[in-house]
Amino acid sequence: MFDQLSERLERMMKFLRGEVKVTDKNMAEALKMMRLAFLEADVNYKVVRDFEARIKEKALGEEVLRSLSPAQQVIKIVRDELAGILGGQQKPLLFSSRPPSVIMLVGLQGSGKTTTCGKLARWVAGIGKSPLLVSFDLKRPAAQEQLKTIATSLGFPFYEMTSARMASPKEALKELLVHTANRGFDPLIVDTAGRLHVDDELMEELRLVRAILDPTEVVYVGDAMTGQDAVRSAQAFEEKIGLTSVILTKLDGDARGGAALSIVAVTGRPIKFIGVGEKPDKFEVFHPERMASRILGLGDILSLIEKAQGEADVAETEEMARKLRKQEFTLEDFKKQIVQMKKMGSLSDLLGHLPQVGPFKNLAKAQVDDLKIAHFAAIIDSMTPEERENPRVLNGSRRARIARGSGRPVNEINQLVRQFQEMQKMMKRSVVQKLLGGLK
Amino acid sequence: MFANLRDKLARTRTAFRKVEDLFQSGKRREEILDGLEEALILADVGVAASGRVLEALRTKTRKDAGEADLERALKDELAAMLSRRADGRPDGSGPTVILMVGVNGGGKTTSAAKLAARFKRDGKRVMLAAADTFRAAAQEQLALWGKKLGVPVVKGSYGADPAAVVFDAIQSFKAQQGDVLVVDTAGRIHTNTNLMNELEKVKRIVVREHPGARLESLLVLDATIGQNAIPQAREFLKFSGLTGIFLTKVDGTAKGGAVVAIAEELDLPIRFIGVGEGEDDLFEFSPREFVEALLS
Ligand SMILES: Nc1nc2c(ncn2[C@@H]2O[C@H](COP(=O)(O)OP(=O)(O)OP(=O)(O)O)[C@@H](O)[C@H]2O)c(=O)[nH]1
Ligand SMILES: Nc1nc2c(ncn2[C@@H]2O[C@H](COP(=O)(O)OP(=O)(O)O)[C@@H](O)[C@H]2O)c(=O)[nH]1
Ligand SMILES: [Mg+2]
Ligand SMILES: [Mg+2]
Repeated sequence: MFDQLSERLERMMKFLRGEVKVTDKNMAEALKMMRLAFLEADVNYKVVRDFEARIKEKALGEEVLRSLSPAQQVIKIVRDELAGILGGQQKPLLFSSRPPSVIMLVGLQGSGKTTTCGKLARWVAGIGKSPLLVSFDLKRPAAQEQLKTIATSLGFPFYEMTSARMASPKEALKELLVHTANRGFDPLIVDTAGRLHVDDELMEELRLVRAILDPTEVVYVGDAMTGQDAVRSAQAFEEKIGLTSVILTKLDGDARGGAALSIVAVTGRPIKFIGVGEKPDKFEVFHPERMASRILGLGDILSLIEKAQGEADVAETEEMARKLRKQEFTLEDFKKQIVQMKKMGSLSDLLGHLPQVGPFKNLAKAQVDDLKIAHFAAIIDSMTPEERENPRVLNGSRRARIARGSGRPVNEINQLVRQFQEMQKMMKRSVVQKLLGGLK
Repeated sequence: MFANLRDKLARTRTAFRKVEDLFQSGKRREEILDGLEEALILADVGVAASGRVLEALRTKTRKDAGEADLERALKDELAAMLSRRADGRPDGSGPTVILMVGVNGGGKTTSAAKLAARFKRDGKRVMLAAADTFRAAAQEQLALWGKKLGVPVVKGSYGADPAAVVFDAIQSFKAQQGDVLVVDTAGRIHTNTNLMNELEKVKRIVVREHPGARLESLLVLDATIGQNAIPQAREFLKFSGLTGIFLTKVDGTAKGGAVVAIAEELDLPIRFIGVGEGEDDLFEFSPREFVEALLS
């Protein structure tokens, strides 16, 4: 996985060097690399073709930015375009002006609908709402039990649906809506049975439920590991049922998630959340740019460049990059970065721009939140210049002295040093060096 | 948005047929090969594996091979790749423990039930073990299957160590001189080291507690899966010693071509395919039929 990524980056970087202008020829070469990257990431073949045509038009028409090499520029256009398709900016979950809102989740078998119902309930509760959960899955063994368990463990009410009740679906659904409104629940979160888009009978059933419940959101729950078929199923759900948004699940693995692009391209519906684990809190608001980078297998190094340029701290950033590259990065720099990069966003933000795969994942996990940054700055302030240059000299008594000076516990000092060393180690990796090479 | 692939290929075919007698040019050959490559990629075979298959095709076929010849050669090539290890499917002739492993939502539980139903019908003494102690209602899901099929299910409690459930199951499997024990496990993403270690432990327990049994570890893959299937197979092979693939949801429009790359790279046979949600929706894998469907 990671080998492939670095190999591709290497090819790309090799190609970048020495190219001064965007020409038809090097453009074709760059586009081919992109095409392969897309296909390897499971973006649908036809979607890739369409996309390629658009990129080509854009790239040849655009003025060369002084700061970027042609291929970097192509990558930048691709990434921007990708992020554009994926939604540009974040789209919020919709609620009805006349509560209760109804949020209905649909999709193929095993895509993550039931789990996502729990995650959504938890999320809406976090913005002060009181959700009610119901499942129309009367098919899969223990489907009711599954949602009920999830609802109960999170402390949300669960409305039991039975085959007997659903014998007269219209009445059952009306009763459910009345129950929801009378008890003041909002939203009503509706789980449905997984079904194949080619199963006409089940699709018709779903269409009926949709017609009666008149949901505010009809969410297509798609699996991030899906391959080329993503377009067919998503499109069928859009055409036969009608969707308003998409949630992508199982992004906690190393799937590149090209299905995201395929699904959005054929349905035109925005992705609003992503699932990043089985537990109810493993749920995040979707960020188009991060997804764009993930699909491309590139760290979002370009937006870093942009940010740096925007903040007029170019010289500082370049110096930092140079030091990182040369592995001259010291604790002193670490602190400087902490302070200086406040403008660019925190360090964790910076680390978040690296691809969420392989060793980067650990790096992002070792992220530094903003409060910690203040503490870390205090710790570094209490060190002697020698200690900042060379943290290896930090023995027990020195650490105790620093702890007194900074008012932070010794284990936090240990943590800082460990994190710093981890970062140094990470920066030695060739792929990071290459990414930094991109920073000039 | 896209006409279906078969229509598309049909169109391509007629186009080729028209020129077939007129030219014997190299371009036509490349065009045909490109079309075949596109079909493979659309079936999730992947860029790399498709490239290798096409390369083999280029060297093995004559320069003037027509479209029908090339398509046939491609099918032969793929079928050969998929047949390499298509032997030794478990038949319950000796005590057999089948571990169902894979990422979340692929169809492990349902496929476990299908296998139990199949072996029971063959007159074997079958047991199920519910080693998914994590997902909500996973125990109940398998228990309901067991009840429906009339197959005993060894259950565990939520949060318990799955290896402990398997340990219990093996003990009663041995005591009752069972033929086939099908173990359902919790879905896990292959990059989660803790959960993969947990699986390795389950495998170890089986080997230790029932050394005389044949251990079959099946990776359950959803036919809709893309290229991530390959790293998945690699990791599950490492931790649970895979012996084959169970491809599910073949009743949809997805082709499941990712298994071609897995068979090629990891030399793993595809054992069964699932074609629906019922216990009888199970087939033994046939390379020929699969290849026909892959390119249709
Ligand atoms: N159409 C179709 N659906 C299937 C097939 N196999 C399983 N399913 C469905 O896919 C969904 C997931 O199946 P499960 O058997 O629960 O999958 P699992 O791998 O045990 O899932 P977890 O334990 O949650 O990881 C269920 O709705 C099944 O009914 C198949 O061959 N075809
Ligand atoms: N790792 C991971 N697993 C998930 C995620 N979302 C759902 N799952 C798992 O995927 C499987 C199927 O999910 P479920 O909600 O039952 O799918 P449904 O059939 O669409 O209702 C379960 O094992 C879930 O625990 C996710 O974001 N990451
Ligand atoms: Mg469900
Ligand atoms: Mg299961």
